[in-house]
Amino acid sequence: MAIRSFFVPFLLFGLYFYSSLSPVLSLYEDQVGLMDWHQQYIGKVKQAVFSTQKTGRRRVIVSTEENVIASLDLRHGEIFWRHLLGSDDVIDGIDIGLGKYVITLSSGGSILRSWNLPDGQMVWESYLQGPKHSKSFLLVPTNLKIEKDSVIVVFSNGRLHAVSCIDGEVLWKKDFEAESFEVQQVIKPPGSDLIYVVGFAASSQFEMYQINGRNGELLKHESTTFSSGFLGEVSLVSSETVVALDSTGSILLTISFQNGEISFQQTPISNLYEHFSGPAIIIPSSVPGIFAIKTNAITIFIRVIGEGMLEVAEKTNHETAISDSLPLSEGQQAFALIQHAGSEIHLAVKLAHDWDGNLLKESIKMNQQRGLVHKVFINNYIRTDKSHGFRVLIVMEDHSLLLLQQGTIVWSREDGLASIIDVTTSELPVERDGVSVAKVEHNLFEWLKGHMLKLKGTLMLASPEDVALIQSMRLKSSEKSKMTRDHNGFRKLLIVLTRAGKLFALHTGDGHIVWSHLLRSLHKSEPCQSPIGLNLYQWQVPHHHAMDENPSVLVVSRCGPSSDAPGVLSFIDTYTGNELSSLSLAHAVAQVIPLPYTDSTEQRLHLLIDSDKHAHLYPKTSEALSIFKREFSNIYWYSVEGHNGIIKGHALKYECTGKVADEFCFDTRELWSVVFPSESEKIIATVTRKLNEVVHTQAKVIADQDVMYKYISKNLLFVVTVAPKGCGEIGSVTPEESWLVAYLIDTVTGRILHRVTHHGAQGPVHAVFSENWVVYHYFNLRAHRYELSVIELYDQSRADNKDVWKLVLGKHNLTSPISLFSRPEVITKSQSYFFTHSVKAIAVTSTAKGITSKQLLIGTIGDQVLALDKRFLDPRRSVNPTQAEKEEGIIPLTDSLPIIPQSYVTHALRVEGLRGIITVPAKLESTTLVFAHGVDLFFTQLAPSRTYDSLTEDFNYALLLITIVALVAAIFVTWRLSERKELQEKWR
Amino acid sequence: MKSVKVVVPFLLTLTLSLSLFSFSFPSFGFQSDELLVDDEEFSLEGSPQHRSPEPVLTRSPPVTRKRHSDLDSSDSKIQFSLDHAFGDSDFSPAGTFSARLKTWSHGGQTLTKLRFSRNSFSNEDKEKFKNLLKSDDFYRIRLPSNVLSPPGRDFVISSVKARCLPREGLDEHFVIHMEGVNVLAVNYGSPGSCPYPRNLKFPAKWSFNSHTVLKNSEQAPRAPVFTEEILGGENAESEVVQPPERSFWAKYWMYLIPLGLIIMNAVTQAMNMPEEQASGQAPAQGQPSAGAVQRGPSSAARRR
Repeated sequence: MAIRSFFVPFLLFGLYFYSSLSPVLSLYEDQVGLMDWHQQYIGKVKQAVFSTQKTGRRRVIVSTEENVIASLDLRHGEIFWRHLLGSDDVIDGIDIGLGKYVITLSSGGSILRSWNLPDGQMVWESYLQGPKHSKSFLLVPTNLKIEKDSVIVVFSNGRLHAVSCIDGEVLWKKDFEAESFEVQQVIKPPGSDLIYVVGFAASSQFEMYQINGRNGELLKHESTTFSSGFLGEVSLVSSETVVALDSTGSILLTISFQNGEISFQQTPISNLYEHFSGPAIIIPSSVPGIFAIKTNAITIFIRVIGEGMLEVAEKTNHETAISDSLPLSEGQQAFALIQHAGSEIHLAVKLAHDWDGNLLKESIKMNQQRGLVHKVFINNYIRTDKSHGFRVLIVMEDHSLLLLQQGTIVWSREDGLASIIDVTTSELPVERDGVSVAKVEHNLFEWLKGHMLKLKGTLMLASPEDVALIQSMRLKSSEKSKMTRDHNGFRKLLIVLTRAGKLFALHTGDGHIVWSHLLRSLHKSEPCQSPIGLNLYQWQVPHHHAMDENPSVLVVSRCGPSSDAPGVLSFIDTYTGNELSSLSLAHAVAQVIPLPYTDSTEQRLHLLIDSDKHAHLYPKTSEALSIFKREFSNIYWYSVEGHNGIIKGHALKYECTGKVADEFCFDTRELWSVVFPSESEKIIATVTRKLNEVVHTQAKVIADQDVMYKYISKNLLFVVTVAPKGCGEIGSVTPEESWLVAYLIDTVTGRILHRVTHHGAQGPVHAVFSENWVVYHYFNLRAHRYELSVIELYDQSRADNKDVWKLVLGKHNLTSPISLFSRPEVITKSQSYFFTHSVKAIAVTSTAKGITSKQLLIGTIGDQVLALDKRFLDPRRSVNPTQAEKEEGIIPLTDSLPIIPQSYVTHALRVEGLRGIITVPAKLESTTLVFAHGVDLFFTQLAPSRTYDSLTEDFNYALLLITIVALVAAIFVTWRLSERKELQEKWR
Repeated sequence: MKSVKVVVPFLLTLTLSLSLFSFSFPSFGFQSDELLVDDEEFSLEGSPQHRSPEPVLTRSPPVTRKRHSDLDSSDSKIQFSLDHAFGDSDFSPAGTFSARLKTWSHGGQTLTKLRFSRNSFSNEDKEKFKNLLKSDDFYRIRLPSNVLSPPGRDFVISSVKARCLPREGLDEHFVIHMEGVNVLAVNYGSPGSCPYPRNLKFPAKWSFNSHTVLKNSEQAPRAPVFTEEILGGENAESEVVQPPERSFWAKYWMYLIPLGLIIMNAVTQAMNMPEEQASGQAPAQGQPSAGAVQRGPSSAARRR
């Protein structure tokens, strides 16, 4: 169909007018889904609420760590509706009110919203303020009514609110202003109108407030001092009893406040469990009569029997997870308990007052790559035989969500993919020879049938059923999800690292998960308490002399949030997903530099810079070392110290002068530094060119047959600083106080090649650097609009290589090596344009040889990806381009950049929570692969200058063949006819 | 410390300057020199600005001037020192920059009239430098990041492979990026090129030819604002349309040529009319030639 839209401008004038138009690269409706796929996720579930009313039976409402609230289908796990709240609008609690409203509390308890359960429309929103920051609680009691209004009780920001469920109006409020009061629980005992607010004050005082739920009147305030203080959270064991730990974590305190009287009961944990050592922590839960503590990998479940008497119910050293309680009939409460045992998990559903009996006991085989169970949510249903059935929703370590029912996994969602940290790609295996002939013959008939259908479609003879068949054939083409490399390089593996420390391989054809692997090195372990995945690098990309090796990727991670925590490296085979090896490093990883050298097995050399600015070479082989030594003096690197505004350049010195001799460790020395004055500039963005970018030609022929040479250096760093005052939100400063300075710095010598100030401009800045140009996006306070600016660099030292004779006689300096220590003769051209959208990410298309013209891919605030031709951001655009310039393709200058609705790459879809756009070249020069990720994933192929080097995939070969055959036949027939005619004429 | 004060107006082009410079300096026998680039004294905001050209290193026959002449009341003299290091050695003083600090009415301060006097190399330094040349190592320099309260937050460092410097003497080139009284960065290197296979070459003379340029930030070109003249924008568009308003000939040549040919043809035919015999051949010759001329444009026009 694209071929139809391809209007071939064979007229000279047509060409000229055509060049002045913008090329519209849109899809036709029937092309959606042919080359693109879209997957929707929600992120790691924090809280799940099951609807108990009839209409909502099939649904579960979840809130997630990606700040999504969603309504999922309990039968299939599909999304009915979902809403992504902003990144600063963290969800604190969700519940269901009146059976038809989803109530959410977010932004640290200051925004309360109500959503319509069936369709997710927002019903009301109210803003709750309070005197001070505190924990927030959301309660939706079923029986508390004020003048027929159902009430939502919210404790947030040190204030207790009662909010009408119907319209969000605040009915009453009560402040808790005592300075040191830290609320721990808000309790609404069933069957009364009282509300208890309990908490600690001054770290050793237990406070209890009894409040009338109808009017907010304070009925009673009691407090008791407990000399040794409290530790951490409390666990609610009944509506009038809580359990807490003392500050040493070794004595359990049972605090009951029946009838407003506080009574303490102390039980040392060693009385319950003789091998107790070290502090314990309370696992937060709210099962009546039971609570759990954890000490040294042992989980102890403790029963509360009457007046603060404690008794151990069970001890286990398996990993366990416990759900909140679920009210069954006649005041019975059930809860679910999950224990890991090898490759299985044991699910038990028990009644709260009957530990030893099980309502349900199942064991389910669990994929090891999902890790541990983190959260359990229980729901009941009525079986066909009128007994209670239970289903549980579990959240795993890899952030996936599973529904268990009747001993099987009914559905699972890979919601880890909602939080991607880094992406890289890998080629698929080469197709082996020996494809059976039978298969081809079988396909021949199918092939012909398919082409006949297509022919019918093309000749508009197809019936609607045929059209549907054609469409489904195109969408399901097995070709695109094959597990082998294709000629055009469209089929690849996207290797994706998620925040949960899981690595996924997604097939670019249809987005299915080829393998997934929960990194062992990112498991919590003794030496590594809170491992964080950082980055992915291509470790081994075999192509020439190591074809038999599988490609592998390097995962760099760190043990803990601080930058000087020791690093961990893991190497993963990208065909199988197996962890080849992992290394726990003695040093930190501040920076990873993939070097442009590979050893004989095509392993890429990587330089890891630690926090003390030592460089460590990996892989640690003598071969790598010898390659490295050869290039030793040509290796430079830079570091950006964002907090104090210094950029430094470094070179390597010989071996580390540490205690232990390590020939793979090198000292570095400082070569240059750029110190930004702290009172006027603060670094907010640094961008470099992509390391693997290919530039086709250095020369650019401009209108009057002149040549300009692009200044192409891989060692350029684009830095943006803003006034420290202007770091806040847009509009927080006046244009006079705010400025933005853009720098282009050579990272080898530290030369500032270009420096330009935008007065009255403010961040956030998003930038992209490619070839010899950089495009950046910022806010112009004077014009009250966003702007996109472009800077292009041209090399003047080669500018005189214009004479053909010079080139013929070899008297040019084009082949001479470039040294960055020479004084650069660079000229810059720049221009700014207004741009309507604010931007979440900017990327640029990249193709195999860099011939195809470039498009900017702009992730807009509406979570879509917009493709904008680089020609619109040409600094040579002028109001009245000359004839020659128009022919060259220069668009007349406009003050703002056009947003053409057809040029949305994501067409009708949205990539919710868009965070990054990655482009990967295909083997076919015209085509680039685009992967956009956020909470959703989107993948498509783009051809910025159209597919000039191949026929479109729906090209009808059969039609071509038939036409040729028909033509040949016609030639024969007419030849015969003309011969006969000639003969007849001669006989005349 | 020998120093000669030179004031160089911002006049000549690079090529001329380098050629002049190469012969003029040794003849004066200067140990050091300084270059004054009439830096476009950008104020931080407000004052009318236009995009300054790339500050071009310029040079003309030096003019000596007395030091304490014509001091402005708002000006004050300051000095800051240049330190150097050979390879990984510690930094030691190598010269002094002196400049005038100009205080602007709106409070901004900028440096003008920068002069530089370089200390000559001691024998020890020469030895060290020779070692650098032999090992193709770095010669490093540093400046304070704040000229009023040196060293400011930190020193700004720059370095260059020592083999880039020797020519006749030792040629060096400083580009000092300023932001008010703060030195943002200093770019140090040879004034010309330093081709890659760096050959070992010892300088004939152990004296420095120093070139210094002060650079302030450029103003970004404003986004073209057409908002004030929405009508103007319309005009601009109509101007774009205007170019097709070409001469009569340019517009209709494709019709005129065939027309002319037809007329010519008709005329020849009419002239040939009396001569009955030639009538068969003349149009036969005329036609193809007309067609040949006509073909390109007319077919194009037809197809369109």
